[in-house]
Amino acid sequence: MSVASPNPALALQSKRWNGLRHLLEREGPFCKGDFSPSPDNLEFLQTKCKVLVIGAGGLGCELLKDLALVGFGDLHVIDMDTIELSNLNRQFLFRRSDIGASKAECAARFINGRVPTCRVTPHFKRIQDFDETFYSQFHLIVCGLDSIVARRWINGMLLSMLRYEDGSIDVSSIVPMIDGGTEGFKGNARVILPGFTACIECTLDLFPPQVNYPLCTIANTPRLPEHCIEYVKLIQWDKESPFNSVPLDGDDPQHIGWIYERSLERASEFNITGITYRLVQGVIKHIIPAVASTNAVIAAACALEVFKLATSCYDSMANYLNFNDLDGIYTYTYEAEKSETCLACSNTPQLLPIEDPNTTTLEDVIKLLCESAKYQLKSPALTTVTKEGKQKTLYLGTVKSIEQATRKNLTQSLGELGLEDGQQLTVTDITSPTAITLQLKYQANEVEMI
Amino acid sequence: MIRLFSLKQQMKEGEQKGSGGQQKKASAAQLRIQKDISELNLPKTCVTEFPDADDLLNFKLIISPDEGFYKDGRFVFNFRVGSNYPHEPPKVKCATLVYHPNIDLEGNVCLNILREDWNPVLTINSIVYGLQFLFLEPNPEDPLNKEAADVLQSNRRQFEYNVKKAMRGGYVGETYFECCMPK
Repeated sequence: MSVASPNPALALQSKRWNGLRHLLEREGPFCKGDFSPSPDNLEFLQTKCKVLVIGAGGLGCELLKDLALVGFGDLHVIDMDTIELSNLNRQFLFRRSDIGASKAECAARFINGRVPTCRVTPHFKRIQDFDETFYSQFHLIVCGLDSIVARRWINGMLLSMLRYEDGSIDVSSIVPMIDGGTEGFKGNARVILPGFTACIECTLDLFPPQVNYPLCTIANTPRLPEHCIEYVKLIQWDKESPFNSVPLDGDDPQHIGWIYERSLERASEFNITGITYRLVQGVIKHIIPAVASTNAVIAAACALEVFKLATSCYDSMANYLNFNDLDGIYTYTYEAEKSETCLACSNTPQLLPIEDPNTTTLEDVIKLLCESAKYQLKSPALTTVTKEGKQKTLYLGTVKSIEQATRKNLTQSLGELGLEDGQQLTVTDITSPTAITLQLKYQANEVEMI
Repeated sequence: MIRLFSLKQQMKEGEQKGSGGQQKKASAAQLRIQKDISELNLPKTCVTEFPDADDLLNFKLIISPDEGFYKDGRFVFNFRVGSNYPHEPPKVKCATLVYHPNIDLEGNVCLNILREDWNPVLTINSIVYGLQFLFLEPNPEDPLNKEAADVLQSNRRQFEYNVKKAMRGGYVGETYFECCMPK
């Protein structure tokens, strides 16, 4: 196979896309109402549509393969990890000689070499290294992540990219997020339209809680090998501070070795058997064995949703698919509801007009929030995030030490506090189940602009 | 459902419109902790202290029980709220050395909602009440400090005496406890 440079025109005529043409160039009884069959749909997918894949691990490899073979021409992939030996059984874009190299870069190189119609751009970075300008260039974002923190971060980013006009969302500012997740034989796939459908925070309680054993059981009445390992990790490590009191590093074989030996001692004290080196590793790093077939199923479901959204041919799945193949196969799809009190997605920034930032004090703003018929707050707490991304408490009256530290802000003008036109204030109050986001709008500026 | 890309198809190509607002937004954990803190409703025996008013994620809770074994003591807890709050509970450690069945000498606290029974609907307030309850009703059934628990179970008077001795500053067994009773 020659690795020709991508040639979309050629690709479009290729017989290879006949299957997709049937879907995209013909009407069908199940098509979306506003779907217009046309060769443009395929062309959009191959030449214009820009998709970001987050994570190039178990799900990421599957996703990149699926999307590239479906015909997507412009993919980006972010992953901060490097390849380890234990990845190779399922992360099939990597070879033994790739161990230690960047997952994103290796995955991109592999796909680019193998699928001439697709160009993958790798980013060997953390998702937090990019800002809004990066994420807003994509039509769609697919996540194959293994952490809830990362999901919440990207969810927050996509929500912050929403633009509002007269209180309703500007549809063009929506970047849909398709999120896949697997844990052993269980998996889920979901479609999130930020601001419209349930977001990660709306359904935060759906994530399985981390397995935590009661501390007193661990300390006094251990029954399981896991209890012994947790004891060594939580209590003995800090007490005996081996290795010059460095924090425990689950990737350091010496650390795991130390924990293994201490766990064995403790286990024999309580007549518990079953401590193995692998179990220690698993408990310390919260490893759940990854199952290649679960990844394949979930990635395929996600890729299908990407395809449907990109071409508008069929309605998206609504909106949460559960999958379990531990014992037979079980799937169930239901519509997770957007929470009206979600702190992250149910607060449309509300404009707060300010006549003159140099004469309006913070106290004036608080008074306004308490007295206006619209807000009627009781004792609002106000914070903001500075241009540098630092959290700043403007005023919080319910905690004495913070009240004392922030009282001086009350008499300062918004200008003196360094608040700028367009800056957002986060307001919480006992009267409101959600946080309220206020966007400052300085009238003086507007006059200048006209 | 809304049709996303009919509008978008044209958009993205020439788009450098990122004017969505270069607004820095507070993270979800940050929003939630602000909500928790501004709604704190502390019993009169509890006070919070924030060393840095801009940092709502790290603070101290000081409990001064007004009844029970620990009356007149003053106990400091350090709270560290992580970026995964409220999916994960805050990390809470007792900074005062205390003779207590459910708090060990390293400051680890055995409170169910801090570990196995944590749930995202719980708040900082729930933890405060949980901790305060530990001082009113030390629970010898779930011991972290086994010696203290054994004494509480076998000889309440002795336990009471040990607690007072530890709080005034002194040895209980081989452990020396600093005085934690403000005048």
